[in-house]
Amino acid sequence: MSDDTIQITVDGTPLTAKRGQMLIEVTDAAGIDVPRFCYHKKLSVAANCRMCLVEVEKAPKPLPACATPCMPDMVVHTDSRVARDAQKGTMEFLLINHPLDCPICDQGGECELQDVAMGYGNGASQYTEGKRVVFDKYIGPLIATEMTRCIHCTRCVRFGEEIAGIRELGATGRGENVRIGTYIEKSVVSEVSGNVIDICPVGALTARPSRFTARAWELSQQPGVSPHDSVGSNIFIHMDGSTVNRVVPRDNESINEVWIADRDRFSYQGLTSAERVTAPMIRVDGELQATDWSTALSAAAAKLKSDSLGVLTSANNTLEELYLSQKLGRALGSNNVDHRLGQADFSAEDAAPVMPWLGMGLNDLETLDAALLIGSNIRKDQPIAALRLRKSALKGASISFINPRHFPLHFDAAENIATRFDRMVTELYAVAKAAGADVSAMQDVPSIESEERHQRIADALQNGERAAVFLGNISVQHPDYAQLQFLANALAKATGATLAMLPERANTAGAWLAGAVPHRGAGGKAVQGNGRGLNATQMLDESLQSYLLVGVEPELDAANPAQAVKALQASNGVVAISAYLSDGLKQVADVVLPAATFTETFGTYVNATGNWQSTRGATNPPGDARPAWKIFRVLASELELDGFEYNSPEDITRELQASCGGIQLGNLTDFSSAPAFAAAREADLLRAGETPIYATDPVVRRSQPLQKSLDGKQAFATMANAVAQKLSLGDGDTVSVRQNGSAVTLPVKLDNNVPDGCVWVPTGLPETAALGELFGAIEVSKV
Amino acid sequence: MSSVPADVHLPAPETVLNEHSIHEIEEWMSRYPEDRKQSAVLAALSIAQHQNQGWLSTELMDAVAAKLDMPPIAVYEVASFYSMFETRPVGRHCVAICTNISCMLMGSDTIVDHVENKYGIKLGDSTEDGRIYLKVEEECLAACAGGPMMQVDHVYHTQLTPEKVDEILDALD
Repeated sequence: MSDDTIQITVDGTPLTAKRGQMLIEVTDAAGIDVPRFCYHKKLSVAANCRMCLVEVEKAPKPLPACATPCMPDMVVHTDSRVARDAQKGTMEFLLINHPLDCPICDQGGECELQDVAMGYGNGASQYTEGKRVVFDKYIGPLIATEMTRCIHCTRCVRFGEEIAGIRELGATGRGENVRIGTYIEKSVVSEVSGNVIDICPVGALTARPSRFTARAWELSQQPGVSPHDSVGSNIFIHMDGSTVNRVVPRDNESINEVWIADRDRFSYQGLTSAERVTAPMIRVDGELQATDWSTALSAAAAKLKSDSLGVLTSANNTLEELYLSQKLGRALGSNNVDHRLGQADFSAEDAAPVMPWLGMGLNDLETLDAALLIGSNIRKDQPIAALRLRKSALKGASISFINPRHFPLHFDAAENIATRFDRMVTELYAVAKAAGADVSAMQDVPSIESEERHQRIADALQNGERAAVFLGNISVQHPDYAQLQFLANALAKATGATLAMLPERANTAGAWLAGAVPHRGAGGKAVQGNGRGLNATQMLDESLQSYLLVGVEPELDAANPAQAVKALQASNGVVAISAYLSDGLKQVADVVLPAATFTETFGTYVNATGNWQSTRGATNPPGDARPAWKIFRVLASELELDGFEYNSPEDITRELQASCGGIQLGNLTDFSSAPAFAAAREADLLRAGETPIYATDPVVRRSQPLQKSLDGKQAFATMANAVAQKLSLGDGDTVSVRQNGSAVTLPVKLDNNVPDGCVWVPTGLPETAALGELFGAIEVSKV
Repeated sequence: MSSVPADVHLPAPETVLNEHSIHEIEEWMSRYPEDRKQSAVLAALSIAQHQNQGWLSTELMDAVAAKLDMPPIAVYEVASFYSMFETRPVGRHCVAICTNISCMLMGSDTIVDHVENKYGIKLGDSTEDGRIYLKVEEECLAACAGGPMMQVDHVYHTQLTPEKVDEILDALD
């Protein structure tokens, strides 16, 4: 027993505590119920609600358990006359201004105030004066406010400041006039804002999309995994009968703690989109028409039996769907299988690890001393991982970025390098050189001198006991990905830092394991048969005879959407297994087989730490839509292929698991041949961009509340003032953006976070779907 | 670390605060350590309010937030908490009649009634011509020996009678 451990007595029970530990933590751990509103285990102690008052012997008056440190031999009574009186008194005051609108309140039935009032409140109020009324302000499409119900616990304020890193909510006014809010009418812009709904102990902050739609006790719940990023946040899907009513976090300390991102919480709104496919469809006289399964399946089978088949499968699919995608393609004799639709540079694919992964646990992100993130908007791409990384930053870690623009951060970066995308390699090279990394194998390197900022990044990585070099989503989409990978590898080796890869999508790691790549089969084994297949870009560079698209929306997912749609259109054998019918699919698909989404099917997701998480379907797919694994089974039987006779989806998981035995995870690799240095592009104006947070996958793209939020509005040609001046453009002007002969019209947004010489035009949006590659030459002119 | 949310776009302080205000605020900032700039927030708000005929617009508060590297909401909290800050337009002369216990015992109710009737407005309102603002004074102004008393634009007037109040208020521009 260390000196820190002490004995205390609570309600006659001897308990062990750490010296200085707050009393409420000890009673919580011992299962002793102390009522509370402002205390939350993940937030700082405010001690302002006074609900947790308990009697401590030798103290002259009751003390708040949340802010009373344990001392040796302390004797505590949580249920004595003194404690009870204090708690009842607090309760009475809290209820003075609280409206009696529980029957129409969304929190009713799961309300901490209601629960505690049952235990500590009086049946009737002595208060006869008028109650306080607070007028609501609109704070965005995700959170509904009813601030008359607020009891000023300030959990939401502390969440914003301490966890989300955005101080947007505050307590304004004084005394009886205190209000929690934004003061001015403004939308809350945090990507994790929805968590205030869960931590609000009353019905002041509730989920706007599910407002007034169900009573909490009528909902049934099923555990799930969020399929929107590689964190794999644990969720509960709450169902009202057969429809998803809402999604809330499921605690998992090693993954998402108690939080989820807004994307995880509100994506379900896309499940009932009008674009859901509810019946199989085939193209008749140029038009897609609904048909029955057997007609559609035989049409699909006929299309897929071709000399050149390409299988494109989304890394947002389940592991089983990814595995079956490649298994079907390969059974049909084609190694043209890929999930890397957004990737532009495949030249280092042989050096790629078995699967890209974080190289550490998610909780290790909290204890880094130094990090360099290359091409990563981690705050929007992996919001929950970013919250963890922020904790390192707050502890003083040196966290730096090399990005094609400045992104708004929720912590201070040590060095925040934002450069033209084609100069990112130069910047990284300079850091690697400063760290003394062995980069001699790289050819055609111009003279690059490391400057002070590069040296500072290199030193931080070198000196940090726990350091990491991250490759983010933008790196994967970058045309110089091979160079970035090579240099990141060399830098990590030289500094002893972990090379951490942030898998782009929910199942990117799973897609590699499943063999959904043209050069490797399941378990990362070298491909059999007729050698390596075509990668995603090659498949779409020229038209193949037929394509199988699994969960893919070509105009939104492909690295070069214009080219992808062109190639698919030229082929007359496009079979799509998809839950939605996007505009692009409508143009190119010859057969559409309606599939289930993440709440409707069994599926496994492999997250950034290599954790396989399986979930069962919570609801039934609409209409004739079916889980994709069943579609593969019948399609294979239609094609007379063996090995697809699965009785349950778990059989598929087990089959893949057997191939994955003995896999050694590691991101560091030896490049057999180093990529040549990538020179700066010669163009007057360059396009750069990313896949924005709410454009990542088909479900999210159709969630109206997310699309209406500020992060959902991304269809702009964003440029620095200097660029706008050169082009004689102003904020809000409409411009024509042209790339390889295709053009779209976009409004101009001025933002000096975008480097000179560049226009920021994101991908994954219907508004930019007609354009070409994400990084490349572009023309912009006023219309 | 900078505590201003990176998504928030604040005005450059110079575009909102005049040169004099900036100078004064910087003088206050110089009294605190570099990383405790926010300690100057009360002084800065006071200076900003003075520049703007006695009230703080959101724009001014944002400028103070930018100047002191604070989240705007933290500045709104301070401005809305302290009764010496006004966050809506008010008349240019601030008339605050003390109604705390000593003044009340000495007849401050009569003074309040007189002034309300004189201008046809209630405590908390301003005259339509923007001349007089009748502030709701929440605190004792610490001149109990001279009650009833009022503060007009930072100046104390004690031992008030309705006649004396007329004289003082009529003399304002």
